[in-house]
Amino acid sequence: MEFTIPWSSLFGGMMMGTAGILLLLFNGKIAGISGILGGLLSPGGKEFLWRLLFIAGMMGGGWLSIHFLDVSFPAQYSLTSSTPLLIVIAGFLVGIGSGVGSGCTSGHGICGIGRLSVRSIIATCVFMAVAGITVFIRLHML
Amino acid sequence: MFYVIALLTGLLFGMGMALSGMIDPNLVIAFLDITGHWDPTLIFVMGGALMVFIPGYLLLIKQRQQPLLTETWSLNNNKTIDWRLIIGASLFGVGWGLLGVCPGPAITSLFAGNTDVWLFIAAMMAGLMVSKKLAPIAR
Repeated sequence: MEFTIPWSSLFGGMMMGTAGILLLLFNGKIAGISGILGGLLSPGGKEFLWRLLFIAGMMGGGWLSIHFLDVSFPAQYSLTSSTPLLIVIAGFLVGIGSGVGSGCTSGHGICGIGRLSVRSIIATCVFMAVAGITVFIRLHML
Repeated sequence: MFYVIALLTGLLFGMGMALSGMIDPNLVIAFLDITGHWDPTLIFVMGGALMVFIPGYLLLIKQRQQPLLTETWSLNNNKTIDWRLIIGASLFGVGWGLLGVCPGPAITSLFAGNTDVWLFIAAMMAGLMVSKKLAPIAR
């Protein structure tokens, strides 16, 4: 099997790790996207503005990468049969799951594992395994 | 300065997210589909992030009393492995596996001309809201 190192993925990952470290070093905050979004649900307070700015920065980063880094984004979320209902169900589960489990791919997967937190290592193993099983059922059994 | 850092790190995080390819659900599904045409690319994304974050944490953060611009670290020091963690991660895993989209890539894709993203984010925010009603998230 031929395999070449996906440099842009490696470099993109390193950029995310760097952003996470800088946010923690300067501001003492964790770059966990679900946690930051969850915080935006209760507006006001001194934690609101930095979260809003971080999220706005991410959106801006996505936009900039289209226009200056030549990154192409998918035009729609259509895998095999993504209906609006499937998108809503997936979004709702991602939201409620990251809320109940206190983190998502960035908070547990990068910052949590990055701090060698056992909780985050376990959470990451659980959601990867469950996501793998979900994909298996969806692609190979249904 | 605190707010400038928040904006700039968000920008860097978003650009990294875009460059890494995680904004493409097909790449995520191909990584999760270990019995199909398995694509290990996502390992390089996470590996790249941890390659920077782990040494950064150990060398720059761990021995510091406080962050450069604030008084305290906002870290979750909860060490208990409880059912909330397992059930939450499992629900998240089902949602992630169904579509291949998680919160970071969705936010990064908001202005990429894909209207499915808006639907996903609306549903995700509803899910987050419900999770807050279930029990306050300790942070």
